[in-house]
Amino acid sequence: MPIYRTLKPTGNEEKKPGIHPRFLKRRTMRILELAGEFEKTPNSSILEGQVIASLFFEPSTRTRLSFETAVQRMGGRVIGFADANISSTSKGESLMDSIKTVALYSDLIVMRHPVEGSARFASEVSDVPVINAGDGANQHPTQCLLDMYSILKTQGKLDDLHVAFVGDLKYGRTVHSLTIALTNFNCTFHLVSPEELKLPSSVKQHIKDKNLKYYQYTDLMEAIPKVDILYMTRIQKERFSDPVDYEKVKNAYILTRQMLGNTKPNLRILHPMPRVNEIEEQIDTDPRAYYFQQALNGVYVRQALLAYLLGLKS
Amino acid sequence: MENIKIKELKVSAIENGTVIDHIAHGKVLQVVKILGLEDFEDQIYLGANLESKKYGKKGIIKISNHFFEESDINRIALISPSATIIEIKDFVIVKKFNVQVPSLVQGIVKCINPKCVTNQQKVETRFEVFTIENRMRLKCHYCEKFTNQENFDFN
Repeated sequence: MPIYRTLKPTGNEEKKPGIHPRFLKRRTMRILELAGEFEKTPNSSILEGQVIASLFFEPSTRTRLSFETAVQRMGGRVIGFADANISSTSKGESLMDSIKTVALYSDLIVMRHPVEGSARFASEVSDVPVINAGDGANQHPTQCLLDMYSILKTQGKLDDLHVAFVGDLKYGRTVHSLTIALTNFNCTFHLVSPEELKLPSSVKQHIKDKNLKYYQYTDLMEAIPKVDILYMTRIQKERFSDPVDYEKVKNAYILTRQMLGNTKPNLRILHPMPRVNEIEEQIDTDPRAYYFQQALNGVYVRQALLAYLLGLKS
Repeated sequence: MENIKIKELKVSAIENGTVIDHIAHGKVLQVVKILGLEDFEDQIYLGANLESKKYGKKGIIKISNHFFEESDINRIALISPSATIIEIKDFVIVKKFNVQVPSLVQGIVKCINPKCVTNQQKVETRFEVFTIENRMRLKCHYCEKFTNQENFDFN
């Protein structure tokens, strides 16, 4: 059977990089800076004549629509699919063939795929840039970038912040990516979770490697007064081997209005969405609730990324 | 007695070729596999469970009329970091060096993650090699998961 050899690094990675949450700090800050520009002027014709392929091999609403909005607000066109069942994958076509073909039709590919490492592989076989919109349980780098932009906007900086992550820290890829990214900014981490869903040691090692601190709690009320950012995540029942254990903790990490009586004045509440019940709806009108604006920031960050990768903004 | 000595001489010396010495105990056949020696047509001699003053027991492989690129032979380091390579020309040792653990490994080890693209599509594996506390760990270029030394599964 033929083995598809991966391309050796050509030295052209600057021109068509895959996106990874740990890329250079300077490049990250430039993307966030561009996002700010696009927030001021979201509508333009900078992508006129460009075709962006949106390949979602697994379902997504928020990320896909956010990318497509980003493209259309800049005057570009979108092709693609939202479900692998309507792609050639259902006919047994290899990922490599799919990517190489779509790269012929488009100027950039945005891809979400359930297989880990698929985006990196796609970037190696594609002649156009590839953005990873999520590769299984591995990475979701654009979520990380929009989370960072949201923190930067609300706090005026990324450095020296106290950030709480709450809920499913073990399986939450957004938590992992954002934690690792923020270790570049001298942050202190407050980790609130049930014992079964603690942040993996591999991620904690990143914190230790940068000589930064983290604190672990099971009680959310202990962390809230100490932090600038409260990043809530959903606890999923299917993560627990024993349903009884889930029943014990399922309500322990629901944020209610009463819990917000003693917070720092600059506190903002983030959530990668979709939320189920972990943030009470009454909080939505609280000025500290930022999660819907956070989702909107995804459009600006994705606009920035598209423009940067297409060489339209340096 | 003379006949016995002659037999030993015939087996032990090669005129031209490569000797891989100090192969860790129990790893000779893995080395054969990782270098693809079963496809070679030249004479190959294998020794296993030989006494070694330094390591207790060792293995040895002698491959006639064949020399390896260092980058290829350093694959052996994944199995036996203690191995020594001896190149012989006209019965004379011309080069001798220890294998070096490579920094990158391509195509010879499987990724431990069943959800990795290398196990789902026809994609060759690529790893960055880390040595932590004398144990090797391979970080997958694609899924970024680590495969530990005790889980190395060679293609």
